[in-house]
Amino acid sequence: MINVNPTRMELTKLKRRLETAQRGHKLLKDKRDEMVRRFMALIRRNQDLRKVVDEKLENAISKFSVAQAIMGTEQVYEALLCPAREASITIKRNVIMNVDVPEIDFTVGEEKNDLPYGFAFTTGELDKSVLDMANLLPDLIKLAEIEKTCNILADEIEKTRRRVNALEHIMIPEMEETIKFISMKLEDNERSNITRLMKVKDMIAEENV
Amino acid sequence: MNSQKLAVIGDKDSIILFKTLGFLTYFPPLETDEISKVIRRLDKEGVPIIFITEEYAQMVPETIDNYKYRAFPAIIPIPNKNGSIGIGMKGIKENVEKAIGTDILNN
Repeated sequence: MINVNPTRMELTKLKRRLETAQRGHKLLKDKRDEMVRRFMALIRRNQDLRKVVDEKLENAISKFSVAQAIMGTEQVYEALLCPAREASITIKRNVIMNVDVPEIDFTVGEEKNDLPYGFAFTTGELDKSVLDMANLLPDLIKLAEIEKTCNILADEIEKTRRRVNALEHIMIPEMEETIKFISMKLEDNERSNITRLMKVKDMIAEENV
Repeated sequence: MNSQKLAVIGDKDSIILFKTLGFLTYFPPLETDEISKVIRRLDKEGVPIIFITEEYAQMVPETIDNYKYRAFPAIIPIPNKNGSIGIGMKGIKENVEKAIGTDILNN
């Protein structure tokens, strides 16, 4: 219970606060539900994408390891010295339910050529792994975007849920209890006032007899 | 909106491939201080996405958690040449547990 003076002033104030709290509670609950809905859709995509990326990347890297074993480490590093393409991205901010999440657009710079090296001293495995990586790029960037969004949403959902619970289980019951206390106290005062008046009336009546 | 670069951190053999895509590649020694130094520097330079191999991510959980709930940079774990050790999937599970309360993606 909140510690207040049992006056009409406080009662009106509290009632107004309770109304606000209830409205806020409803809004936050709706926000939470909608965020969870979006989160569910995203997290499933996140999981699928993560699986795909993990698998493909492992594949590309293992092919690369084979190439490395055949060609020798130094040769491989030399072949990969200059990039085949320039990946660059553009960042936007998207808003889901008042939460800032990133949106990432990417552009692959003009392809100079598929492979950044001559074929004379390199093996087929190296070609394959480099091309695999190029194909993987869109997935990688999508994964980054979705995973970040999920992180942020999960955090925000937790925060919102805490607020909803605090309102529902602590603030609102507390206020209701206080309102009940004040109105009971006021009624009590009213009754004692009436009793006093009746008593006084009786006393005056007796004197006049 | 100017375009920005991507970066990747890990051991040389695993991430040299990213170089062909024009990523910035960093291969610091596998030590907590060195790795978080690289991450902080990339953040300062405004690199929005940093991929990091799981092996390296394991060394710097605090640094990664710092950036987890900020919009940028996104730090994304990837498998290295020895395959995935499940950190990426674990992150997804943690998110689900945090948001929903239980792990509903049982697989």
